[in-house]
Amino acid sequence: MTESVIEAANVGKSFGDGPASVQALKDVNLTLNGGELTVLMGPSGSGKTTLLSILGCMLAPTVGTVRICGTTTSGARPEQLAKIRRQHIGFVFQSYHLFSTLTSAENVLLALDVRGERGPKAMAKTRDVLASVGLASKLESFPRQLSGGEQQRVAIARAIVAEPSAILADEPTAALDAANGQATMAILSAIAKERGRAVLVVTHDPRLFGFADRIVYIEDGALRREASTSLGPADTQRGDPSQWNASSKAISSSSSQ
Amino acid sequence: MSLVLTLAMRNLFQDRLRFVASLMGIVFSVVLVMVQMGLYFGFSAMITTVIDHTKTDLWIVSKGTKYFEDLSLLNTGTKERLLKIEGVSEVAAGVAGFSAWRLPDGVMTSVFIIGTDLASGGLSPWNVVEGTAQSLITPRTVVIDRSYYDRLGASGVGTTAQIRGLPVTVGAVTDGIRSFTTTPYVFSGLRDAWAFTGLPTNFASHFLVRLKPEANIERTRQSILSSISGIQALTPDQFSEQSRSFWLFRTGAGAALVAGALLGVIVGTVIVAQTLYSSTKDHLYEFATLRAMGASNSYIYQVIICQALVNAVIGFGIAALIGSGVVHFTAKSALQVVITPVLIVELFVLTIVMCIVSAMTAIYRVVRVDPAIVLTR
Repeated sequence: MTESVIEAANVGKSFGDGPASVQALKDVNLTLNGGELTVLMGPSGSGKTTLLSILGCMLAPTVGTVRICGTTTSGARPEQLAKIRRQHIGFVFQSYHLFSTLTSAENVLLALDVRGERGPKAMAKTRDVLASVGLASKLESFPRQLSGGEQQRVAIARAIVAEPSAILADEPTAALDAANGQATMAILSAIAKERGRAVLVVTHDPRLFGFADRIVYIEDGALRREASTSLGPADTQRGDPSQWNASSKAISSSSSQ
Repeated sequence: MSLVLTLAMRNLFQDRLRFVASLMGIVFSVVLVMVQMGLYFGFSAMITTVIDHTKTDLWIVSKGTKYFEDLSLLNTGTKERLLKIEGVSEVAAGVAGFSAWRLPDGVMTSVFIIGTDLASGGLSPWNVVEGTAQSLITPRTVVIDRSYYDRLGASGVGTTAQIRGLPVTVGAVTDGIRSFTTTPYVFSGLRDAWAFTGLPTNFASHFLVRLKPEANIERTRQSILSSISGIQALTPDQFSEQSRSFWLFRTGAGAALVAGALLGVIVGTVIVAQTLYSSTKDHLYEFATLRAMGASNSYIYQVIICQALVNAVIGFGIAALIGSGVVHFTAKSALQVVITPVLIVELFVLTIVMCIVSAMTAIYRVVRVDPAIVLTR
């Protein structure tokens, strides 16, 4: 039995007022469960980033509700949203967004520091998590001394060190080569499976679908299809959409659990 | 070291050129404020140097007198009237006024004569480094400050010259008694002072009043004021304050110094604010990442304020070194820059406040950054 970590119900988002208003999201229903890696895909401008921002408590929906670990975000002030992010969400970004002046260990430590976790215990956690992503020997390296794949692994370590319930990854493999992309997805998948976290990965890359427990397709601000997949990475590397289309189901105007 | 401080320092040191520009702004500002305030204190100490070094309970001067060098005349008969007032123990007349000192080569230079009646407890030259102040009891003997050797063509005790055509001999030399008017002070006996200044002998410039041990200063002061008209009876503190107030504020000299100091603060604040703001803008995505990670506003304030404080501490340290050089350099000049320990503490606090105020624009920018921008790049 999986536990729902993030629930979006009837979420809509529009930008601007009047005739110039743009409807970025329409009646989105989506639940992210612990232990599950969900892939969110869709064309540019389909609303992926807006949905990720809302699920990550960085943007408030115009309509609908979002619950993070049972706590509704409706009406929350920016500081309260920051607290929810601090407690429950870890982010992995396309451009890594590591602090260029901090070492790998310090970048990871920072995620604990903002939560008030300091001292030897925090340092031990940092070492462990960097070791778990294969960077035990790069603790003192600065981002400029690391490859793109290594930087992304530091970013993943930073996202998971405080053991958040959900990891939201925005095109985490877009800046990486195929091998590093696969390695990054393998780590994210392991985080979902072994740590029981809810992982949402936004990607354009169909080669990564094999890592997904669920694939959600968004178009024109609405969730169109959802698919469960049991394909492995080797099967999906060719990127033939028919392989997952075959097991997908059309969803009317929204996707619900 | 805390991670906040590490991040703040590394952000600052990453762009060394900007950091140096920021430090220069702080150093310029602090040194400017330090020098202006040091001049203010130096000037204000110089204005009241005679009053501050005279041991007396009350100064009696004529009604319109604003400061020691402000020439006014009181009838010498006032002394007898003062002595009759209850609580008064001793009264010493003093004469002050401009005169002309003739150098050996015949060139005349203006001097300010301070005539004192040492036998009656008149003011005595201080910081005597050669000879004794008691030499003033000997007629036609004067005491000068060695900082005016060049101006007076003097070389020490025994130097001879003429004042208003009368021959004088230097009987003692002081160190550091400088006049803020730049006209050298020349101490002499009372009788000589009348001759040197050309004042009638039935007039004095001031009287120094010493009270009996049991006398109440304020009550005696009021008795004097009610008994004798056309005079002021001032405690040394009151006379000092009156002199300072006149020169520093009524003439605008002090206001100019304070305005200079204020300008320094404004310039420093603007420069530091500009550099902190541009540093923050350069690291905007990092701050947005911090916000996305859930960092509270106070955590982000800490990073920026730490940057401001690092600027402040290093900038102040450099400025203090320069300031001590300025103090050393002006120690023997006509207008000393006086920096007291209290002023140093005040300047340090001012620097901290200035840098924190400067950080406000950066904080204003950062708290408004949308954490979602990290998803768009």
